[in-house]
Amino acid sequence: MSEHNHETHEPVPYRTFILIWVALIILTGVTIAVSRVDLKELNIWVALGVASFKSSLVLFFFMHLRQESRLFRVGLLILLVILAIFLGLTFVDVLYR
Amino acid sequence: MSIEHRDDTGARFGMWLFLYTEVILFSGLFILYAVALMKYPEQYSQASHKLNIYFGSINTVVLLTSSLTVALAISAIQMKRIKQCLTLCWVTVALAIVFLINKYFEWSAEISHGIYPGSETLAEMGAGVTSFFNLYYFTAGLHGLHVFIGATLIAVVAIMTAKGKVTSERYTLLENSALYWHLVDLVWIFVFPLYYLIL
Repeated sequence: MSEHNHETHEPVPYRTFILIWVALIILTGVTIAVSRVDLKELNIWVALGVASFKSSLVLFFFMHLRQESRLFRVGLLILLVILAIFLGLTFVDVLYR
Repeated sequence: MSIEHRDDTGARFGMWLFLYTEVILFSGLFILYAVALMKYPEQYSQASHKLNIYFGSINTVVLLTSSLTVALAISAIQMKRIKQCLTLCWVTVALAIVFLINKYFEWSAEISHGIYPGSETLAEMGAGVTSFFNLYYFTAGLHGLHVFIGATLIAVVAIMTAKGKVTSERYTLLENSALYWHLVDLVWIFVFPLYYLIL
């Protein structure tokens, strides 16, 4: 018999995924609505904030990050740190030229 | 039965590693966008108004829904509902095609208005507008390419599932294709507000 490393996850119920989808659609509506109101500088930050929240829903639920081992989350964290350095150093250059 | 070595978690982590690099690929474009937005705030807003918000919104809903259907396909195969899994995969592919058809109409309209990289109309509108549309075509084009690749992957996996090569015991291929598809969705979640919704 074959014995393999087969830690399958519990199937996520359809209901959970559908609720996440509803939340994503509502948040898209929020993004569009807020973008039509002039909040000056704040507009872009609200848009990025909502987009980040939507991304985390996709990552943790649709992409099963919630069920994966810690390694996957550590990888994501390292990615975000690299991006912050990338962005930070670029702006240090651009802003203080 | 033969002894086989397999490590499903390892296979998925390999996919995640690849997806981390994909995020870095797209981030380069988003950072260019951020720098240009700071340099030309008015022109970016002016250029953003030329994009069709309806196409953008519909395509957002299409992609979010396709992400849902492919996520459901994984639950279906885990619960041994192969038929449902196949239907969900093909719905995902169909939604990807809808997305690309929308993109075709959207770009055709823009190009017919003289908005395309290197056009004279753009050059007359100034450096800011030109940079907005160059980045828009590059980012959306690269994203569209990912939509095409992702849809192809899901179609191949659906065929393999129908042939019994991907089963409820062994479905890492489906999981990894789905992960790729969700990345396409993630990128669009940022493209949509940044390009279509600048007031």
